[in-house]
Amino acid sequence: METRDYSMLGESGRLAVETGLATAEWYHTQVPRKEMKALMQRADGPAIRDTIILFAGMMVFAVIGVALWPSLWSLPFWLAYGVLYGSAMDSRWHECSHGTAFKTRKYNDWLYQVASFCMIRNPVTWRWSHARHHTDTVIVGRDPEIAIMRPPVFFKLIANFFGIFDTIDGIKRMLLNASGRLTDEEATWIPEQEQPKAIRVARIWVVIYATTLALALAMGSILPLMVIGLPRLFGAWHHVMTGLLQHGGLADNVIDHRLNSRTVIMNPVSRFIYWNMNYHVEHHMFPMVPYHRLPELHDAIKHDLPAPNTSIADGFREMWPALRRQLRNENYFVKRDLPESAKPYREDFHVAAIAAE
Amino acid sequence: MAWIDAIATDDVDEEDLIRFDHDGKTYCIYRSPNDEFFCTDGLCTHEQVHLEEGLVMDYEIECPKHNAAFDYRTGEALRAPACVNLNTYPVKVEGDRVLIEI
Repeated sequence: METRDYSMLGESGRLAVETGLATAEWYHTQVPRKEMKALMQRADGPAIRDTIILFAGMMVFAVIGVALWPSLWSLPFWLAYGVLYGSAMDSRWHECSHGTAFKTRKYNDWLYQVASFCMIRNPVTWRWSHARHHTDTVIVGRDPEIAIMRPPVFFKLIANFFGIFDTIDGIKRMLLNASGRLTDEEATWIPEQEQPKAIRVARIWVVIYATTLALALAMGSILPLMVIGLPRLFGAWHHVMTGLLQHGGLADNVIDHRLNSRTVIMNPVSRFIYWNMNYHVEHHMFPMVPYHRLPELHDAIKHDLPAPNTSIADGFREMWPALRRQLRNENYFVKRDLPESAKPYREDFHVAAIAAE
Repeated sequence: MAWIDAIATDDVDEEDLIRFDHDGKTYCIYRSPNDEFFCTDGLCTHEQVHLEEGLVMDYEIECPKHNAAFDYRTGEALRAPACVNLNTYPVKVEGDRVLIEI
């Protein structure tokens, strides 16, 4: 049985470079230049609107949560606040890292900094790691953001619905960076001239968390941590639920996003929290298209894509049994069917993965 | 260095770019919103992705893969993940032709 080495410095990564899977040219659907130019156009309006709604929602829920504290009646307000803090901020972090949320660059940068803090993801480190995720999507040993490694560890997957391992990792890395160091893996994808920025941000964050913790100790209450820090745990479930669907159970080591990514039709509330990243094949194929134009992009290229999953539940019905099967055979994956109107897969690149089905 | 007849002025829209290949190298020729022409190397300095499908906004070109941005007048890298500037090349317009010096 094949064993995958997910380390950025390991054997699988070396093989990916050797076989040409790393930094390869990926399939993308042909879209006329004029149409694509129109889809890529930036605007401030949609993201300003959504950001006002997001921060207003957070403020209202937190104020009511604090006012009702410690009564159990405060619980639903903390849960709502937590989802906006621990899940909506994940998608804001993501879209702003691409620089596509707003037309005005400084707006992207501001929201990116806030969202990175909420998610405990160093804004410098993760900008580079996400660039690598787009270069080498689900290429084992190259992509540092593979959420479900094979064989899956269900205990970890489920624990992460409460942000447990991600938060521990985020805090460990924050403390390491604040001490002036990077992990060996971080050093492989962050250029040297950018590394001091990662360390400076980590030090600022340590001060904020230390202040919050000191306030909690002085008050003899966890209330300050309910506002800053703990929502990263109890609000994580939505971004984990939607995030696992992005690539879970699908092919790895292929260079066609139609094979390794999943588009899921979702309800409007989840789409607001997730900022339309349910159109995930489309996003990976054309990362320049802002989140608010992805539904149009989907309509423009759906003739060339596998049929989307019809709901979050439908996505899980497809993914979860595949993950269970990967416990017994880590080479198993769900091969997505393309419509007749689609251009074929580059079978020459995919033959190894398909043969393993 | 020699002046090469590269494209017709009408080959590229305002605030857009076109790819131009010559002698085994690849370039991008830009037409600004003010009807000026510029030329840079064709590949992003971050991971050598071609810029031909990128987005031109005012005087910036954004890489289609990782959204690195450059000022195409000077080649200056404006946004990570690009840290290295693009090479630029002199351009002149003669009649309806765009020439680049490479």
